[in-house]
Amino acid sequence: MNLDKDLVAAMATPLVLAILAEGRSYGYAILKRVHDLSAGEIAWTDGMLYPLLHRLERLGHVQATWGESPEGRKRKYYELTAVGETALAEHRRQWATANRTLGGLWGAILPAGPTPEAAR
Amino acid sequence: MSVDTEQRIAQWRAALTRSAAVTEADADELEEHLRDRMGDLEARGLDADEAFLIAVKRLGATDAVTAEFAREHGDRLWKQLVPRAAVVPGDRPFLEMVLFAALAAVVIQVARLLADAAEPNADWYLRNLPFFVLPVLGAYFVRVRRIPVRRILPLAGVVAALALVVNLYPFAPAPANGSYADPPQTLFLAIAHVLVVLWFVVLAAYSGGDPWSASRRMDAVRFTGEWVIYYVLLALGGGVLLALTMLVLQPVAPGAVDGVLAWVLPSGAAAATVVAAWLVEAKKSIVENLAPVLTAVFTPLFGAGLVVAVVVYLVAGFTGPFDRDLLIGFDVLLLVVVGLVLYGLSARDALAPTGAMDVVRLVAVVAAVVLDLLVLGSMLSRIAEFGTTPNRLVALGFNLLLVVDLAVTAVLALRRGPGTYARMAAWQTGFLGAFALWALFVVVGVPPLFGFA
Repeated sequence: MNLDKDLVAAMATPLVLAILAEGRSYGYAILKRVHDLSAGEIAWTDGMLYPLLHRLERLGHVQATWGESPEGRKRKYYELTAVGETALAEHRRQWATANRTLGGLWGAILPAGPTPEAAR
Repeated sequence: MSVDTEQRIAQWRAALTRSAAVTEADADELEEHLRDRMGDLEARGLDADEAFLIAVKRLGATDAVTAEFAREHGDRLWKQLVPRAAVVPGDRPFLEMVLFAALAAVVIQVARLLADAAEPNADWYLRNLPFFVLPVLGAYFVRVRRIPVRRILPLAGVVAALALVVNLYPFAPAPANGSYADPPQTLFLAIAHVLVVLWFVVLAAYSGGDPWSASRRMDAVRFTGEWVIYYVLLALGGGVLLALTMLVLQPVAPGAVDGVLAWVLPSGAAAATVVAAWLVEAKKSIVENLAPVLTAVFTPLFGAGLVVAVVVYLVAGFTGPFDRDLLIGFDVLLLVVVGLVLYGLSARDALAPTGAMDVVRLVAVVAAVVLDLLVLGSMLSRIAEFGTTPNRLVALGFNLLLVVDLAVTAVLALRRGPGTYARMAAWQTGFLGAFALWALFVVVGVPPLFGFA
């Protein structure tokens, strides 16, 4: 199943912020995490993640620092800031509302579906 | 990893950074991503080449990715318009520019105050006006280019000789009422052409004191066009600033308005010559030059207008009275066409095959030459009839020079073949010397011819 483009776009920001809330990370790892969480159903064009990360950096939601990968290559790490945490909380509230509203209509269908573990 | 794959990664990276929206740091980040992905794929048993292909595919088409970067970093596409030096005021070229701009501003004020103190009615100040400004601009290039003394001396010699000529020639005295507005014709012509000769001196300094190299000469032509554009822009901005200042001062200090005009206007105009020159230099490599762009827009329009004019003249015949003003008008017209040709050639790759723009340019040149010859013929007879004045002679001489320049250009363009455009450019830049000599003749030779009247 491929998710609707607009829905993916709407999810992108909260998804990235939520992944960074787990701890600092970098582009490739974020994409892998998205892939795992969605059991491969949410697939971005990899390159599109970086303009999004740069936008979040410009808004002050994340902070970027250059570090090194285990192989010794330059790697850019992103970290959630306090502003980003506030933004994430707001996103969460909105998604909860959307979830509750559709859940009220669709009942039990919504929470079901493949969990990451089940997909493996 | 194989050399081949490394090369392909480098090529992919180069394609990304070709977009102004993607910086080297962004490319680092994307390349690291690419290598991470390739590492994972190779761990699953793919070879380096396959891993590269898949990783690149997953990153997305290069132009789609760069377009997305451009959407997020639109400012980067624009920031390039700011000369780097302006961002770092401690920069040495910037300081040199400020110094020479200030020098130009001060020199012109000192000259003005001296002139006022000596003799309020003397035309000394106006007569020497070009010498207060352009030599400072020349000195700026002497400094920036680190021109050796042996090359400065001839340039300084030309400036000094011109100053002597303008000041020692016994021009007819100004009218008894002492107005600046009505100098003798030959003096007015001499001053106007001193400006031209001094500009050539500035260009010689711009070329590092070596005006004889053809490629440097084309650079000097480019510089002139860009400088004019920047100067006009600065003048527009400065004009608005002055007008607003006067508007604000008017109610509280009406007397200050004259002071602002006398102090700020000449200094600002003089300093802007240096600032404009610095802008041209600072931005040369960053932004596409404006003069060729304007040329590309206006060449077809002028071409069409000239063709229409030729047809109208041929159909209607010469019935109207032709006077000196019309001749000057035609001088300006031909000058514009020469400019269009020069800047068109300056932006053109000399090896590229003939294109539509070359045809349009040729049509414009031929139409201009035909039109000018038609008018010139009838005008010559009139000059013979009414006798000649300094103004008529100068306008006519300049016209002949321009016609020769354009006619030869047209002949060169018609003789197609390899090297045509290089030959045209060489002819055009070479002929600039003739214009310089003519301007020198108007300063040095014409006043005695007409008894300094």
